[in-house]
Amino acid sequence: MSGASATAGNMPRPKAKVGSMERQQRIALWVSYIMLSIFVVIFLIPPFYMIITSLKTSVEISAQAGNPWIVKDPTLANYWELLTNAAFRRYFINSVWVTMLTVTISMTIAILAAFSLSRMGFKGSQVLSTGVFLTYLVPPSLLFIPLFQIMGWLGLINSTWALVVLFPTLAVPFCTWIMIGYFSSIPRELDEAALIDGASYPQILLRIFIPVALPGIIAATIFAFTVSWGAFLYPLAYLYSADQATLTVGIVRELIKGDVFAWGLIMAACAMAAAPPIIIYTFLMDYYIAGLTAGATKG
Amino acid sequence: MADGSTMVVGAPSAASTRPTGSMKMLARRRSMAALALCAPLILLIVCLKVYPTFYAVYLAMLDRRMNNFVGLDNFAFMLSRPSFQLVIFQSVFFAVTAVILKAFFGFVLAHLMHNIRGRNERVWRGLLLVPWVIPLALSTLTWWWLFDPSYSAFNWTLNALGIEDIAFLGSTWSARFSVIAVNVWYGAPFFMIMYLAALKSVPDQLYEAAAIDGANAWQKLVFITLPMMRNIILITVLYSLIVTFADFDIVRILTNGGPQDSTHLFATYAFTVGIQSGNIPRGAAVSLFMFPILATLAFFVLRDVMKRNKELS
Amino acid sequence: MANVSIRKVVKAYEGDVQAVKGIDLEIVDHEFVVLVGPSGCGKSTTLRMIAGLEEITAGEIWIGGDVVNDVPPRDRDIAMVFQNYALYPHMSVFDNMAFGLKLRKFPKEEIKRRVDEAAKMLDIQMLLDRKPKALSGGQRQRVAMGRAVVRNPKVFLFDEPLSNLDAKLRVQMRTEIKKLHQLVPTTTVYVTHDQIEAMTLADRVVVMNHGVIEQVGAPQELYHNPATRFVAGFIGSPAMNFLPCQLVDDGGLKVQLADGTKMAVPPQRVDRYGPFKGKKMTLGIRPEHMTETHDSEKPGVQRMNAKVDVVEPMGMETLVHHFVDGVAVCSRIDPNVHTGPGEILPLAVDMNNMHLIEDASNRVV
Repeated sequence: MSGASATAGNMPRPKAKVGSMERQQRIALWVSYIMLSIFVVIFLIPPFYMIITSLKTSVEISAQAGNPWIVKDPTLANYWELLTNAAFRRYFINSVWVTMLTVTISMTIAILAAFSLSRMGFKGSQVLSTGVFLTYLVPPSLLFIPLFQIMGWLGLINSTWALVVLFPTLAVPFCTWIMIGYFSSIPRELDEAALIDGASYPQILLRIFIPVALPGIIAATIFAFTVSWGAFLYPLAYLYSADQATLTVGIVRELIKGDVFAWGLIMAACAMAAAPPIIIYTFLMDYYIAGLTAGATKG
Repeated sequence: MADGSTMVVGAPSAASTRPTGSMKMLARRRSMAALALCAPLILLIVCLKVYPTFYAVYLAMLDRRMNNFVGLDNFAFMLSRPSFQLVIFQSVFFAVTAVILKAFFGFVLAHLMHNIRGRNERVWRGLLLVPWVIPLALSTLTWWWLFDPSYSAFNWTLNALGIEDIAFLGSTWSARFSVIAVNVWYGAPFFMIMYLAALKSVPDQLYEAAAIDGANAWQKLVFITLPMMRNIILITVLYSLIVTFADFDIVRILTNGGPQDSTHLFATYAFTVGIQSGNIPRGAAVSLFMFPILATLAFFVLRDVMKRNKELS
Repeated sequence: MANVSIRKVVKAYEGDVQAVKGIDLEIVDHEFVVLVGPSGCGKSTTLRMIAGLEEITAGEIWIGGDVVNDVPPRDRDIAMVFQNYALYPHMSVFDNMAFGLKLRKFPKEEIKRRVDEAAKMLDIQMLLDRKPKALSGGQRQRVAMGRAVVRNPKVFLFDEPLSNLDAKLRVQMRTEIKKLHQLVPTTTVYVTHDQIEAMTLADRVVVMNHGVIEQVGAPQELYHNPATRFVAGFIGSPAMNFLPCQLVDDGGLKVQLADGTKMAVPPQRVDRYGPFKGKKMTLGIRPEHMTETHDSEKPGVQRMNAKVDVVEPMGMETLVHHFVDGVAVCSRIDPNVHTGPGEILPLAVDMNNMHLIEDASNRVV
C-alpha cells in the first residue's frame, strides 16, 4: 500500500482521467487517516492521563511544577500499594464474584428463555419476547428507590447479594434479545435433522444450539460482564460499608477521602479496574460487535 | 443390496423398541416445557421490574414518614419547586444535546472508518472503542481529575497557549457542557459501531448504480446512504435517548448536581432526595417523572420491535 | 426396510387452509417413489408428515405395519435429507454422520464401522475430519446422504435435495442417488418440483397439485398416458401444447383447430373419441410430435403450416415457436432445417401421440 502510493507519482499515467481518480481516492484516504488520528488522540486523553497520573508520586502531583502530561519519575509504587491494600483487594474480589455469579445466572436465564421463545413457543410467547424488550426501557435509575425498600425487606441492604439479585435484571433482557436473534438464525432444518437423528429438546439445545450459537453466547456473556463490572448506581445505593463495596464504588467513595486527594493512587486503581474489560475486549471485540449489530442491521 | 445388508447385520434398530408417546400429548408437554424454560425470565421481570415499577407509584403517593396516603401531593410539590423545574430542563437539554452530538460524531467516525475499510480497521476500531470499554464511573473520575479546579491538566495546556483558566465544573453553563462532553466521549463509539455496521450493509452496487446515474458524493449520501440507514439511525437515537435520560454515573461523580443544582438529572436528583436525604416517597416521585418521557420513546421503539418480530416469525 | 402406506391423509392449517386434501398412497418395500408438483402442491407437507415433523390432521400413515401418527420422528426409524443439507456446522463430517448413532447409544466400534462403510460408499472417506463449511455443495449433499445411510433406517426421505446445486452437479448427484438406491434399496420417498428429476429417479412418480394426487404411475406411463390436463402439461419439457379444438365428422373424424386447420384422428382412436363430437375439447400435442415434414410420412401424421415467430437452436434440436389462432405453440425440429422469423414452416403432426382433453373435467379421454 505505502509502496504503491510512493511510486505512483513517478509512473507515467496511461490516462489522465484514471490518474485523477486514483489521486482523489488517495487524498480521501489520507484525510480519513488524519481525522481518525485526531479523534483517537481526543478519545484517548482520559485513559492516557489516567496512566500518566498513576505513575506519579503524590509529591510530584502536588508540586504542580511543569507539564502535567508527562511523568518525571515514573513509579509503580501506587500499584504496589493497592496490591498490598486489603480493602482494595476486597473490592476486587467482590467485583469478581458478583460478576461471575451475574454472568452465570443471566446467561442461564437468557439461553433457556431464548431457546423456548425462538423454537418451542407457547401461548403468549410473542407477548413475552416483546415484553422482555420493553423492560429495557425501565432503567435502573427509575427503580432504585422501590428496590431499596424491597432489598430492605429481603435483608440484603449492605450485602453484595443484593447485586447478585439485581444485576441480572440489567443484563438479562438484552442477553435474551441477542440469543433470540442468534437462535432464530439457525435454520429450522437443523433441529428437524436432529429430531430425526433422535435428539430430545435438551439434547438439541446442548449439542446443537449452544455450540452453533457460540458467537452469540460470547457476545451476550461480554455484555453481562460489562454491565456487572461497571455498574455504579446499585452498589452506591445499597452498599454502605467498605468491606461490601465493589470496585467502582470502592474507588469513587472510599479512595477519595476528604481533601487529601491521593490521585496517583486513585488513577492506579482506575487503571487496574479498567484492565479486565479492556483485556476481554481486545480479544473478543469482534464477537461483541457482531452480536450488538446483528439484530439492528437486519431490520 | 450386498453392501447395504452387511450394515444391518446384528444391529436391530434401537429406535423401534422405544416407547412411543402421543404426538398431541407431546405437543402439549412441549408447550408446558417451553413455558417452564421461560419461568426464570418471567419471574425476574415480574418481581424485579414490573412489581417495583408499580410499587414506585405507590411509594410516591405516601408522606415522608410513609404512613399516610397523600395522593399526587409529592408530584405537585416537586413541580412547584424551581430547583426541580431546573432538573426537568437540564435533563431534557442534557439528553437531547448529548444524543445529537453523539449521533453526529458517530456518523462522521463511521464514515471515516468506512473510507479506510480493510486497512488495519480492527486496530483503529479498537482504539476508538476505548472510551466505551472503560467502566463509566472510572473514566468519569479521570475526567473529574482532568477538570480539577487547581490541578487541571486542561487548564495548564490552555495557560501554555496563553489562554485563561476555565472553571470547567465551577459555573453553570461550563459545568453543563462538561457533563455533556463526557457523555458524548463515552457514547459516540457506540453510535460509530452501529452506523458502521449499517454502512457496511448497504450493497456497493447501489453506489455503483448511482455513480453511473451521475450522482456526486453528496447526492450519494443524501439519496442512498441516509435512506438506507434510516432505520438504524432511528433505533440507535431512540435507545440512546432513553439511556441518556436515565444517566446517573457522570453527573453524580463529576458535579453531584452542582453548581447550585444546575446539572442535576432526574436520576441524580432522585438519589439525593430519596437515598441521601431519606425522603423515599419524594425520591420515587422524582424518578417517576421520567416515565412519561420514556413511555413516549418506548412507544416508538415498540413499533419497531413489533415490525422486527413480524419479520422473524 | 418397510412399506409406507398413506391413507386418507389430510393436513389442515389454521383458518381451514388444506395443504393436503385426503390422499391415498401405497409405497411398497424397496420402492423409490417421487412426489412431484409445483410449489404449494402439498408434496413437502406430505413428506414432513411421513417424517413426523408435521402433525397429521386426519387419516393414517403406516410405516412397516405400524400406525405412526402419534410416533415422534426419532422413533419412526426414518432418515431425511434436506434441501439445504442441514449439516451440523460445528461438527466434523464424521460426527455429523455419527450423531444419530451416538444418540442411540451404539457402541463406538459399531459407529466407526458404519460411518466408514457409508463414507466409502459415497466416496467421502477423505473428508471425514472436515467441517461442513470446508465442503463444496456436492460434498455436503453426499454427507447429508451419508448421515441418512449410516442409520440404516426403514425409510429414506429426500426433500428437494438437489435444488441448491448448480445444473451440472445436479445431474451428477441425480445419478449418485440412483446408484445409492441400487446399492442400498431402502424404501425411498423423494420430493422435487423438477419433473426431469422425478422421471429419471422414480420407480413410480406421484404427481400432486393443490393438495391432491393427480396421477400415480411409472415415468413412461405418465409421459404417454397422462390422466389429466395438469399431468399432461407438467410432465415433459418443453411442455405439451394445448390447442382448443372441436371434433368434426368430415368424411372421417377430424380435429378442427380454432384457425380452421383440420387433422384426421387416427383410425384406432375413432371409437374412443366418437362420443365427444361437438363438445369443447383441447388437443394436447407434445413439441416432439410436431416436427419438420418428410417426403414419406407414416400413417396418422397430419400436416399444418406454422408462421415462425421465434427460433431457438438447442444444438441437438431446434425449438420453433409459433401461434395457432393466438395460442403459443412450440415444436421441435431437426437442427438442419433452416427457417427464420416470419417464414412459413410446414409441420408434420404425429396424431398417434395426440391427447384429447375434455374441457369440462380437465381429464384426458
